[in-house]
Amino acid sequence: MAAQSPTLMTTTLAADERNARDARADGLFRKLVAAAAFFVLIALTGAALSMLWGGRDAFTTFGFKFLYSTDWDAVNLKFGALVPIYGTLVTALIAMLIAVPVSFGIALFLTEVAPGWLRGPVSAAIELLAGIPSIIYGMWGLFVFVPIMGEYVTPWLNDHLGQWPLLGPLFRGPPLGIGMLTAGIVLAIMVIPFISSVMREVFLTVPTRLKESAYALGSTTWEVVWDIVLPYTRSAVIGGIFLGLGRALGETMAVTFVLGNAHRLSASLLEPGNSIAATIANEFTEADSDLYRSSLIALGFLLFVVTFVVLAAAKLMLRRLSRQEGTK
Amino acid sequence: MTPSDRLYLKRRLVNGFNLVVSGLCAAFGLFWLIWILWTTFKTGLAAMKPGLFTQMTPPPGSDGGLANALFGSLVMSLAAIAIGTPIGIAAGTFLAEYARKSALGEAIRFVNDILLSAPSIVLGLFVYTLVVAQVGHFSGWAGALALALIVLPVVVRTTDEMLQLVPSQMREAALSLGVPQWKVTVQVLYRSALPGITTGVLLALARISGETAPLLFTALNNQYWSADLSQPMASVPVVIFQYAMSPYDSWHALAWAGAFVVTLFVLLLSILSRAILLRNKAHHD
Repeated sequence: MAAQSPTLMTTTLAADERNARDARADGLFRKLVAAAAFFVLIALTGAALSMLWGGRDAFTTFGFKFLYSTDWDAVNLKFGALVPIYGTLVTALIAMLIAVPVSFGIALFLTEVAPGWLRGPVSAAIELLAGIPSIIYGMWGLFVFVPIMGEYVTPWLNDHLGQWPLLGPLFRGPPLGIGMLTAGIVLAIMVIPFISSVMREVFLTVPTRLKESAYALGSTTWEVVWDIVLPYTRSAVIGGIFLGLGRALGETMAVTFVLGNAHRLSASLLEPGNSIAATIANEFTEADSDLYRSSLIALGFLLFVVTFVVLAAAKLMLRRLSRQEGTK
Repeated sequence: MTPSDRLYLKRRLVNGFNLVVSGLCAAFGLFWLIWILWTTFKTGLAAMKPGLFTQMTPPPGSDGGLANALFGSLVMSLAAIAIGTPIGIAAGTFLAEYARKSALGEAIRFVNDILLSAPSIVLGLFVYTLVVAQVGHFSGWAGALALALIVLPVVVRTTDEMLQLVPSQMREAALSLGVPQWKVTVQVLYRSALPGITTGVLLALARISGETAPLLFTALNNQYWSADLSQPMASVPVVIFQYAMSPYDSWHALAWAGAFVVTLFVLLLSILSRAILLRNKAHHD
């Protein structure tokens, strides 16, 4: 290497230096983006742990009784989560009973029935529903929908369904308009766009040859959808439903407006009730003792655990279809 | 009528009935959309007035505007975007460029998707215990942080998806010229994925501009003008919540005006982001 000229020496040296610098910069960049990705992991575990920590007072004071006690007494400091848990589950159940069939209908309409020129605009409009902030649903529910429920729907339900032998008590109540049923209906409107857009997307993944084979055998459109499309996409459809359920369980503002904030366990769907999210939203800033605040955070932890399980199940179900796709 | 005729008739009737019902379902969805938007626009427009943008939120019974709330919403949303976007883009880059198929990448994607649909009130509680309870008072920063946690997963997801769509020839061409990988990412891949990432940020902005639950016990509210992020701050959604639940008509009118402004803003953002995506698609085809 003695023959090398001085200028070449310096260029190779400079090149080496530049390579080393680039390698360092590459390593640094990689570490930086990896740190950001870990931050996502930390954010979720941090959320869970911080709520467990914040709710420790409530969990240690009440133990398991917190889960099944109906007490909610800020004066005597007795708190139990049963009423909000019940309200959350019932409103979400009502929402799913309405939203699942309607979303299936919308997805069917948008993939098989509607003429081509109608599909784009209608699905864009349905997706606009998902973009409206939840507080707008709440206000609309309180000022527009609640009076209608109180004036027309509740008396009608009292007179008709309220007289049924077994389900009757569910539909008997004062004509207030606010209550579980109203909250469930508003929630249903909110989750329809989420469920229907998942269903529409997975229906479009069904191979055309499968559908065409069924049509060639003389099936009607309905039979193709019910016997071919739905079984093929079953796991993803259930995943989409769970995604909507996760939304319905955790929705706060819309429910807070129309649920009535009453800590009472009642069989009637027309009585005011409470949900976990609505309880936290209504009472957190007014909580005047540590145990009260801790109980509300403990409620938040319960909500987090339930939605985590539901959303995780949704993801796994949705993933199953895409894996199935991938193996073909 | 033979039995097979009867069977055919029954099948055709079932088919026709169900297809009609599916059309009715679509009409049902559109019906609520139109009803909600119509109510918001009609009542909100009636309550609009020039003072809305210059006057402060009033005490019960008197007249006022939403100037401090609009300003607070704007400042906290921009701060949330400023915090959430860089972290989100970096995390999305890691997923798409360094962990595309790995188990770690899958785990982070899974967690990110859960964060994406996690109840926003839970994020508010998280920031409350993490920041507000430690510092001792509510602040605009806490509100911005709670909103940033909503921005983050949206940006991570779109960045990841958009970078995966960039053709690998582009990476190979740049790398073969001797460009270091971080420069390839920053100067080549980001440029190509920019419209998609911008769409994601706009969608995140649309989502947080109507968020109420995470602000209730982080930024709280403020009746007066405040540009100090370390103090409690007013925001439009929280003011709407407070005013709509009140018994005063003048507060109801202000709440509707606020609802109108927020809805209009969110709809314009979602149309804008759609337009960017469409233009980009047309550009590439």
